[in-house]
Amino acid sequence: VTFDILVIQLVNGIVSGMILALVASGLTLIFGIMDVVNFAHGELYMLGAYVGVLTLASTGSFWTALLVSCVTVAIIGAVLQILTLRPLLGRDPLTTILATFGLSLVLQNYALWQFGPVPRKIQEPITGHFQFFYLQYPWYRIAIGVLSGAIIGALWLFMKYGKYGIWIRATTQDRVMAEAMGIPVPWVHTGVFAIGAAMAAASGVLFGPLVGVNATMGLDVILRAFIVVVVGGMGNLGGSVAAAIFISLLEAFASIWVSPAQAVIASFVVLILTLLVRPTGLFVPTPK
Amino acid sequence: MKHSHTGFWTGFFLVLAALAVSPFVLPEFWRRFVTEILIWGLFAMSSDLLIGYTGMVSFGHAAFLGLGMYGTAAALLTVRPANLWLAIAYGLVAAGVVSIFVAYFATRLRDIYFAITTLVFAQIFYVIIFTWTDVTGGENGLTFTQPPLSIPGLVNERFTPTTFHWFVLGIVTLSYLVLRRITQSPFGMVLQSIRENEPRTRAIGYAVERYKIVAVVLSGLFAGLAGVLYALQNRFAAPDFVFFTVSGDVVIYNIMGGMGTLVGPIAGAAFFYLLRELFSRFFTEVYLIPVGIIFILMIIFMPQGLLGFLKRPLNR
Repeated sequence: VTFDILVIQLVNGIVSGMILALVASGLTLIFGIMDVVNFAHGELYMLGAYVGVLTLASTGSFWTALLVSCVTVAIIGAVLQILTLRPLLGRDPLTTILATFGLSLVLQNYALWQFGPVPRKIQEPITGHFQFFYLQYPWYRIAIGVLSGAIIGALWLFMKYGKYGIWIRATTQDRVMAEAMGIPVPWVHTGVFAIGAAMAAASGVLFGPLVGVNATMGLDVILRAFIVVVVGGMGNLGGSVAAAIFISLLEAFASIWVSPAQAVIASFVVLILTLLVRPTGLFVPTPK
Repeated sequence: MKHSHTGFWTGFFLVLAALAVSPFVLPEFWRRFVTEILIWGLFAMSSDLLIGYTGMVSFGHAAFLGLGMYGTAAALLTVRPANLWLAIAYGLVAAGVVSIFVAYFATRLRDIYFAITTLVFAQIFYVIIFTWTDVTGGENGLTFTQPPLSIPGLVNERFTPTTFHWFVLGIVTLSYLVLRRITQSPFGMVLQSIRENEPRTRAIGYAVERYKIVAVVLSGLFAGLAGVLYALQNRFAAPDFVFFTVSGDVVIYNIMGGMGTLVGPIAGAAFFYLLRELFSRFFTEVYLIPVGIIFILMIIFMPQGLLGFLKRPLNR
């Protein structure tokens, strides 16, 4: 193992960690506010990538595609939430995991039916490489890392200072009290689902150039996102980001020695150890 | 209890008789269809012990099924002459060991955390089986020949489709009776009490974790048995059956048929495969679009499933 492989895997790990964090923060946001484990999150990511492919083909602009994809998938997410999750409000949280699982089956097969089994390609908007000592590294990967960080940062600011962000946090803390204060809780739920869906779509478009777009691309991501959300502490935004980077780094380094398919086991082991030592999540403060 | 069981046993023997004569009246395709539904029904029943009776949704049941299949393959490929009972034993041991391992970790968590943990464990076994090509055959899986039906001193002959159907029917019926006995035993009552109110069950003094571990292991063993039967029927073990979509399917059977009834999940499996047959004609390989929509509608409007209305009489 040479030093440059280590450096490259370090940067790779951080970049894919940021993308994973973008998916996982939507997932953890949805979980935190409505106790819904969104099994269909990977499919929203996949739909986002497909909408990106279609828009890119008709407009030619990657950044328009990114924007259109976020808005479209946010609307799709809101509609799906109203149709399937809102009737389940107040039922056992386990029924929502089943409903979103059903959604993921429908969406995945719809994509297969509509777009076929052949993977689509999204062209990278930035093709240059930069020189770091004697290493070559594509600018685009750096750009998606930064952009993901910016989106997550914007979400954090919105949650902290925005009016609707405060509504969201109030609903998370006490649903009944929030309702009594005049916050339209059902619409906050729909809004949060839409935000989570948009973030999934953004990561789908951003990651599309690196992995290729197909109907089952959501499956690969959703499992890792689940691990991240559990390791980071369910409903904890900062924890998810930390866990995403941690796990991606671990997988990046593990894949130096074993195949990438087996490197996944490293993150599984982290999950098991987390559950054994600290089931509430590695990156949350100890409850007093 | 002074309930009359006559109705239940009448229904039981009528259904059993119908299933027993089905190979004679059904055409080849539907005979095989019924045998497969019995196997998937056993798989669904095993999961019902957790979902319906203990209130734990397992999204990793494919691991137990898959290990049952690979255990069978191991026995049939390594031991000569091939022995049916040894194949079953190997399958059960493999599924049992894995389920003890999964149960030990997963039962520390509840609700959705349990669901996610079982899912992740199942994926670990999927990755191991998929990548360990030397032992498991990797993506291609393992193929083997069907062992003869041998009962010492009685018979020793090759399976015909009809005798295999009866063999599966026998095992599934026996499993149903055992599972029914388990759910009605004091142990089963504790499981149901965990489902209804876990903190209170703990407060009464039951070691909830141990009950959960035993429940997961029992469930894993029956799932493994279903895997053994499936492997014997199709003469192969493949990683596709360890993938988590299979775990999702079995949850669908439970919801569609009515969880907490044992019979419901079998009906759910039958309903699912009938829908699949029906919709495959129009949607080919994407039949899951209409089936998924029906599934979601059932969760919202019919949470008890098809046989949920029989919950009380079936559990008496």
